Amino acid sequence: MQIDLRTVSITPLRQTYNHIAERLGADKPASRYIEGTMNVQPDANFHYRPTWDPQHELFDPRRTRLVMRDWYALKDPRQFYYGAYTQARARMQEVAEADFEFVEERGLADRYDDAARRKALDFYVPLRHVAWGANMNGAYQCAYGYGTAITQPCLYAGMDQLGIAQYLTRLGLLLGNQGELEAGKQAWLQAPAWQGLRRLVEDTWVLKDWFELFVAQNLVLDGVLFALAYKEVDQVLSEQAGPVVSMLTRFQAEWGQDANKWVDAVMKVAAAESPENKELLSHWYAHWRGRVQQALAPIAELALGAAGADALARSVAAVDGRMNKAGLTLA
Amino acid sequence: MSNVFIAFQKNEDSRAIVNAILADNPGAIVSDQPAMVKIDVPGHLVVRKATIEEEIGRAFDLQEMQVHLITMSGNVDETDDEFTLTWHQ
Repeated sequence: MQIDLRTVSITPLRQTYNHIAERLGADKPASRYIEGTMNVQPDANFHYRPTWDPQHELFDPRRTRLVMRDWYALKDPRQFYYGAYTQARARMQEVAEADFEFVEERGLADRYDDAARRKALDFYVPLRHVAWGANMNGAYQCAYGYGTAITQPCLYAGMDQLGIAQYLTRLGLLLGNQGELEAGKQAWLQAPAWQGLRRLVEDTWVLKDWFELFVAQNLVLDGVLFALAYKEVDQVLSEQAGPVVSMLTRFQAEWGQDANKWVDAVMKVAAAESPENKELLSHWYAHWRGRVQQALAPIAELALGAAGADALARSVAAVDGRMNKAGLTLA
Repeated sequence: MSNVFIAFQKNEDSRAIVNAILADNPGAIVSDQPAMVKIDVPGHLVVRKATIEEEIGRAFDLQEMQVHLITMSGNVDETDDEFTLTWHQ
């Protein structure tokens, strides 16, 4: 008996979903990010308008003054859907945990220079309240925003900020003790140097326009604060007393870079959509840039003394440079 | 001129690699087979790290490609940024 082997090629009837094929222009395989993001936003058959906001539908693109023909144009270059996002963050967390373990095991925190320790505790610990504010804002953008391409990474950023608040708490506990967290909270609530920033954070909580909030929080506040805290201040502490604090803030430093890539891509597409958008975004940027600069000035001085003003100016200039590239008109 | 080729297992990562190869090699011919995708190019095939990173949305080490690689033919020249297949004649 003779057996002939042959391969049978079974071609699938379709490569992807119809709505994805329409977007891609052909029925070809799409990435999981595209399949898990495009057209996920509910946009029809809402039964009635919310009683708390009868001017708008439950999900409504008009909750911001920014106008987009297609909200799915605001894609995330990191291609984060839930799976990719959690995997990427798990990798970052693993590295950060290893750093914390290293510092603990070798007793590096105990032997850390006391002047630098005081500076690190006074500067970094109250920032956990800023991170918590950012967590609230990320959740707001996701809840009231429109289009999964943008609301999805907004919530991820919000959750990351919660993680950052926890890392800052652990930094406080490692370099100091429980009392440092309480002292940090008191500084946040009472100390004159922090009141400008606290006011700014609380003002962002009551912003109605979610895309303006994105500009205020993710672009300006995060952009300037992360450059100041995890580059400028970190560098000075590192020169003064070695890289212990750099290790304990590694997650934030890496996260800032990662988030900037996303924010820049979103701003670029939103500004290129229309001259009106460009003007609106430039206006929001100028407004929040001024406020953030003002709010961070006393904090920069708290950490860096007389060199604080220059460090802050460099941090602001870095964001200016990014927005110049993204196509905004800078005042 | 004879073809060089490279074949990958079909998965999420290799889709980005294949798209990058197609973008960088205008003469490429793709053959989609069950669980495998094979790319033939006359004479010269280049895989660029930068293009893959753009497609995949994260940093990519060219050697990660080996995990998905099934087979290839051609003389290999490999740097951190590029992987090329040619026939030395």
